[in-house]
Amino acid sequence: MRKLVIAISMLALAGTAAFADPIADRQALMKERGKIVAGLSKFVKGEETYDAAAVMTALKALEANGEKFDVEALFPAGSDQGDTEASPKIWEDKAGFNAAEDKYVQAVKAAVQAAPADADALKAQFGPIGASCGGCHQAYRVKKS
Amino acid sequence: MLKKLAGALIVLIGVGAVAGWYLSAPVRLDPQAVAQLGPGDPVKGKRIFFAGGCTSCHAKPKAEGDARFELAGGVQLKTPFGTFVAPNISQDKADGIGSWSAEDLANAMMKGVSPSGEHYYPAFPYASYARMKPADIADLYAFLKTLPAVAGKAPDHQLSFPFTVRRGLGLWKRLYLDDQPVVAFPEGAPAEILAGRYLVEGPGHCGECHTPRSFTGGTDKSQWLAGASAAEGEGIVPNITQGEGGIGDWSQSDIASFLETGFTPDFDSTGGSMVEVQKNMAELTPEDRNAIAAYLKAIPPHPNGYPARKPAPAN
Repeated sequence: MRKLVIAISMLALAGTAAFADPIADRQALMKERGKIVAGLSKFVKGEETYDAAAVMTALKALEANGEKFDVEALFPAGSDQGDTEASPKIWEDKAGFNAAEDKYVQAVKAAVQAAPADADALKAQFGPIGASCGGCHQAYRVKKS
Repeated sequence: MLKKLAGALIVLIGVGAVAGWYLSAPVRLDPQAVAQLGPGDPVKGKRIFFAGGCTSCHAKPKAEGDARFELAGGVQLKTPFGTFVAPNISQDKADGIGSWSAEDLANAMMKGVSPSGEHYYPAFPYASYARMKPADIADLYAFLKTLPAVAGKAPDHQLSFPFTVRRGLGLWKRLYLDDQPVVAFPEGAPAEILAGRYLVEGPGHCGECHTPRSFTGGTDKSQWLAGASAAEGEGIVPNITQGEGGIGDWSQSDIASFLETGFTPDFDSTGGSMVEVQKNMAELTPEDRNAIAAYLKAIPPHPNGYPARKPAPAN
């Protein structure tokens, strides 16, 4: 019985993954990014007392989020249509888009490696992460509302 | 009788042509404004350089660091009127503006007139720069003098008739060139708001993209900063008033922080052409960014100046 339950839940899981809406999925990942970055920025700005452990948890969450960002799965052909601000340039220049995403993930990994011990150290890592957000949105997002 | 009518018509056309020619003539700065130029201070001019966003169009695309000061031009602006190409404004005497006087720069920026007396196209945002203080132009001139000469002319604009007739811009300027502020505030308004008004309406030229345009290409002041369809390609430029669809839920410090970091209050990061603009704003002082934010909180609210998004087609 237990096995059956597990099997069914696994099937259900696989089902959601297979039928998921890539536009909703990538937007959810982006929203999660924003939330984590928002938390980190409080330490950068000194709005919260620096907590190295909390910063590390946030940076690792950002890394995990970045690793989930599978360009092939999240930006399949045709997903430039619909409720999306993804620019057609993503599909015209997939190599460039991949490189931009990779630059972001590398910036996040570098921050995890650096394990910043104080606000200034975090600030030094935060700069390149923020810049890579803007760098990608500059070329690959079209504001629609 | 018919002869008389024909004669009158010819005279009328003649008068019309003469009037049109007269009305479309380039108008330079008056001597009073020229006298206010002053000696110019390159240190102050650097602030104007970034407030004015010169580097975003006149440096190479994606230029960073010192490359932002190599103003060889070449950036293309693809609009419904045709493709405009930003010219070389480096200190090169032949290809750039190295041989210009401060007065030449002031006439270009505030009147849209070249040293040889031609109209510039308003893709160069002189309709905003017209509201600048001559002394700030002199400071900018002094700063530009410290930048390198870069050889090489930028390609010509690619426009189609009738936009190829520069003289016609004289009439456009009569409609849209005005050195008066757009938003009037009552006497005794806080200095911070007025300082922000100067930065936004003048050098910052925010209204050039954030305000919808009429079919003749002038900004619609009744929808000032209400957002607009993007001049290039699809997409929109956001409403930055406090009206519906705008940034009414952003605090003054949210706006100032956005200009410094590029992050919105909910930590989306800015995109499109605003990325370059935000980098320029990050070079300003916190006081300047706060002033811009104070102005944006104080201007009349408007609903979005662009059409609502079409619902996604059902698949």
